[in-house]
Amino acid sequence: MTTLTMAKALNAGLRRALEADPKVLLAGEDIGKLGGVFRITEGLQADFGRDRVVDSPLAEAGIIGTAVGLALRGYRPVVEIQFDGFVWPGFDQITSQLSRLRFRSMGRLTLPVVVRIPYGGGIGAIEHHSESPESYFAHTPGLKVVTCSNPLDAYWMIQQAISSDDPVIFLEPKRRYHEKGEVDTGAEPLPLHQARIVKSGSDATLLAYGPMVRTCVEAALVAAEEGRDLEVIDLRSLSPLDDAAIVESVRRTGRAIVVHEASRSGGLGAEVAARIQETCFYDLEAPVLRVTGYDIPYPPAHVEGKFLPDLDRVLDAVDRSLAA
Amino acid sequence: MSETPGADFVQLLTPDGRRIDNCDYRFDGDDAEVREYLRQMVLARRLDAEATALQRKGELGLWPPSLGQEAAQIGSAAATRAPDEIVPSYREHGVLLSADVDPLDVLKTFRGTSMVDWDSRATRVHLYSFVIGTQTLHAVGMAMGMQRDGLVGNPDPADDGAAIVYFGDGATSQGDVSEAFVFAASYKAPVVFFCQNNQWAISEPIEVQSRIPLYRRSAGFGVPGVRVDGNDVLAVKAVTDAALARARRGDGPTFVEAFTYRMGAHTTSDDPTKYRGRDEEEKWRRRDPIARVRAYLTAQGALDQSFEDALAAEADALAERIRTEVLELPEPAFEDLFANAYADTPAAVEAQREAYLAYEASFEETDA
Repeated sequence: MTTLTMAKALNAGLRRALEADPKVLLAGEDIGKLGGVFRITEGLQADFGRDRVVDSPLAEAGIIGTAVGLALRGYRPVVEIQFDGFVWPGFDQITSQLSRLRFRSMGRLTLPVVVRIPYGGGIGAIEHHSESPESYFAHTPGLKVVTCSNPLDAYWMIQQAISSDDPVIFLEPKRRYHEKGEVDTGAEPLPLHQARIVKSGSDATLLAYGPMVRTCVEAALVAAEEGRDLEVIDLRSLSPLDDAAIVESVRRTGRAIVVHEASRSGGLGAEVAARIQETCFYDLEAPVLRVTGYDIPYPPAHVEGKFLPDLDRVLDAVDRSLAA
Repeated sequence: MSETPGADFVQLLTPDGRRIDNCDYRFDGDDAEVREYLRQMVLARRLDAEATALQRKGELGLWPPSLGQEAAQIGSAAATRAPDEIVPSYREHGVLLSADVDPLDVLKTFRGTSMVDWDSRATRVHLYSFVIGTQTLHAVGMAMGMQRDGLVGNPDPADDGAAIVYFGDGATSQGDVSEAFVFAASYKAPVVFFCQNNQWAISEPIEVQSRIPLYRRSAGFGVPGVRVDGNDVLAVKAVTDAALARARRGDGPTFVEAFTYRMGAHTTSDDPTKYRGRDEEEKWRRRDPIARVRAYLTAQGALDQSFEDALAAEADALAERIRTEVLELPEPAFEDLFANAYADTPAAVEAQREAYLAYEASFEETDA
């Protein structure tokens, strides 16, 4: 057991994947000598060389497109997109090629590519550096989409994603990069696409992922002081969703609140809410609620706190759910 | 160390401030004009220094320094005039200053109290673009519009206009930039692609982006390229003049590679000591664009103490205004942002705004 930040845990997970399989290689802008703008790949080029930790030209379509080609030659590329808002030049390669080459080849080809994307807000950044693009990818058949909320999961999930024969969009909540947690590098990890009950409870279920898991746990602790027993589920996998875990919890509590930073309309919350009403309709004591970003582009840093769900907004939704 | 420019490098002023001739490009201005460039370069450097200091104190969220790129920016901006359109990247603080955009409007974006707040139509300076290379296509589109508006190849050249778009060496790798070359060449669009090759895309040296001198990149697209000493304000002015004149008269696009150096970090979040050496920085310090102009004007006897005193006072006043007014920038009202996402705001979005206001009001009731 060791204490690591999420950034260091990801670094350790990448290192272990590079050691375990000579076909694993990393590529991205500034990931070599600099170690990436968030230092997730720090020291890896020095130890594994320039053929396995590659500084890419500044072109996201090129980064993803060449990863597709490398995967077709048997490599397992792990590419870094510098910031969430810069993935879009590579969107065509992701949605038209990476996601569907298996389908197009009648199942003959596999594309074991991981696209790592630091995402989400809360860091006081300039435009295009605080986006939550998960829905675009979760909507795309052929992709798997996962996100870690803590160092332990970061360490294991990145390795599991690299082992996946399907392409994985790996979302890293950048505002949690420097938060520390215990990492047991010898333990048996949870399967990649399984959700985790972070805190069990009986009055209502908070469903969150990535940066919002901690927010929801904090809200649950405050609610507990008021005698409310909230369950918090870290979805971890956004595509596929762990339906069994969601259904089991909501059937028990009868109330569900989905929390994410991304804008509301067409967001993950809509998908989760739809599945809950399809499967748990007669167990529900209240409408499924969403606590999300608003339907506007990400705002200037000085008011991002108004845009992002926080403890108070989650508790406000809990009040409304329990009052129903 | 990045490659040393060869004979194809247009230079009119040597690093020690001597005028030299070039068979293709001439600077026609007088010393008063050169003094004005010096003035703008000094002010641009001061703006940059103040902004960098404010960021260090936590008063700006981020700042991309323009230190060392003053000649490339001021020289090229000096070649523009109405109805030209200026399309910057995100580091063209000197260009904006030259084009009379209020520096406070630039700073408020980096402070995080505002989106991009200058009037791009009134100033003819388009919004900063933070997505790399994307703006090159917008500039070509604007140039296509200018063609259709009758602003190209008129009997009186004063009626003509063109677009100039700024981007960096890293951006040349983006597909958008190649596509911009294709469209501009195809339509003979009146556009100047002005690339400030400052040698570094964050930590990546130019060799990661290109194995040939960048200015040769565009020729294969049918866009002639020229490399200019980006630390020589006279050469930059002369080369940009020629490129804009060619565009305005309807002869099509030009790619200008201004060979310069990013003396500072990529942004205030960056640490260049991790990837480049001090000897390289020192070598470029000896090619400082401002020292060169000063040396020239001094040798000409065209720089007296009263000018220097007035300029120093003006720079101090700018710095003082920045230090004071940045801290006084008004905080944005979150509810106002909802009106800016759509021209015709959907009812559901308006309902979100009202729910937000009601939610905020609920705290006031609790507090009371």
